[in-house]
Amino acid sequence: MMYQVKDLRLSFPDMAHKPLFGAAPRIEVLKGIGFDLPKGAVLGIVGGSGSGKSTLGRAMLRLLEPDSGQILFDGHDITHRSEDDLRGMRRRFQMIFQDPMSSLNPRRRVGGIIAGPLRLHGFDDTAAKAAEALDMVGLPRRFAERFPHELSGGQRQRVGIARAIALRPDFILADEIVSGLDVSSQAQVLNLLEELVKELGLTLGFISHDLSVIRRLCDRILVLHHGEIVEDSQTAALFDAPKADYTRELLDAIPLPDPHQPWF
Amino acid sequence: MKPYLSIRNLCVTLKHGAPILRSVTLDVSAGQVHGLVGESGAGKSMIGKAVLGTLPRALHIRSGEIWLDGVDLLTLPLQERRKRIGATAALIPQDPLTALNPSRRIGPQITKRLVDILGWHKNAAEDRALDLLAEVHIPDPSRVMRSYPHELSGGMRQRILIASAFAAEPKLIIADEPTTALDVTVQKQILRLIADMQARHGTALLFVTHDLGVVSKVCDTLSVLYAGKVVEDARMQRFFMRPVHPYSAALLAATPTYTNPTGSLKPVPATVIEDVETEVQQHDMRAGL
Repeated sequence: MMYQVKDLRLSFPDMAHKPLFGAAPRIEVLKGIGFDLPKGAVLGIVGGSGSGKSTLGRAMLRLLEPDSGQILFDGHDITHRSEDDLRGMRRRFQMIFQDPMSSLNPRRRVGGIIAGPLRLHGFDDTAAKAAEALDMVGLPRRFAERFPHELSGGQRQRVGIARAIALRPDFILADEIVSGLDVSSQAQVLNLLEELVKELGLTLGFISHDLSVIRRLCDRILVLHHGEIVEDSQTAALFDAPKADYTRELLDAIPLPDPHQPWF
Repeated sequence: MKPYLSIRNLCVTLKHGAPILRSVTLDVSAGQVHGLVGESGAGKSMIGKAVLGTLPRALHIRSGEIWLDGVDLLTLPLQERRKRIGATAALIPQDPLTALNPSRRIGPQITKRLVDILGWHKNAAEDRALDLLAEVHIPDPSRVMRSYPHELSGGMRQRILIASAFAAEPKLIIADEPTTALDVTVQKQILRLIADMQARHGTALLFVTHDLGVVSKVCDTLSVLYAGKVVEDARMQRFFMRPVHPYSAALLAATPTYTNPTGSLKPVPATVIEDVETEVQQHDMRAGL
């Protein structure tokens, strides 16, 4: 198992309702999430805004510390590990972010952006490894000399992917990575990601609000609503016969590019 | 029927001459919804801005005509043009948070235009705002009138902007990606609301979006833009059955749909892009750009 998540709970302080003195009340964002993720699986996580899908992702990468519950990564309990203890392990789970413009340092060249984490994790020959990563995401090696603002949205997102795979991780979390892209580059990035997952034997967590994109990529889907899993199904099953009312509602709300679909 | 908004050969360029819109021609009639689709940078928002006279300073209208209700706006003196646009057209913007002033209550933000520009009495404007908020299905309108934007959800804020757009009974509304910032479930509610309001008020609606799914639900006709040029003009039904231009067809093929499980997505092929680029260059040569 890549991940075993048990009864995960996480809350944030609700600063809008903080009394003048004393602690702020807490908002529960994850309310007892549990699932197993086998190695090599591609897991889709869907839900509306505020459903807790990004929070779940960030907890899985231990960018957030859960209140209670347990997260096992490849058998290791990482639920409450300190940053020092996690450091050796962080290489193995990487993230690709939604907005490539704000997740790439505008003052560094692409080569440096990809090589940075490699250096941090003690690899040698980082420039060569960065160039290899560029090959894998289908960008010419000369792009190593460019700055993020010189690239198109789709190319920037490829750099984000290159940065993550350069470390040869076991698990990658992709958080809404195509929502900011035009459909033409969306298709390219999705096709690339699918190839890489197969080629490198990655386990992938793919967060999205777009069920069309999820269907295309994932074998299994978690549907989150108000911090709880309302459905955990194989992809085909979810689309053929959704179990939860909320899933049905999500499906019905998607406008298909087909004027004959009864929708309103 | 004579179109309410008619744009003829509109060319917009950067100050130093780089073209942004290339001979754009399109018509929108009263009671009709016309979609503008294209990828980012195609200039779809710029068409709306050109009509409303809100183009960024760096751009200028090089040639063309914008007929609104039988008058070519571009021949009018600036003051008169503004007055006309203000009285007959309105905008539903994309981002409902930045479009509302965070430090003012909702009520005055809706009534301001009616009072300041159209000379309504304050009480009449407030009554109108209350009616409209009820019409866009906002529970407890009088409380919402006293609320600040941050106290409301994204869907509620977008409803307020829709109410506000319809406040002065405009004949033309330009909706610029009005649901892009919203969840799919909320998007459906908002689109239904816009469609209902548009039908009830008989407004001409220019609907800017990048989402072909959305277009197929709300529009009667559409224009597909590439690099500021209209590559295809079509009635909605025909477009989705038989897109004529290869770029439109490629765009349609690249759109993911959940009903198509196995079919892999086809990125817009490089050859299609080359062809449409050549088309754009030929246009520029002819136009002397």
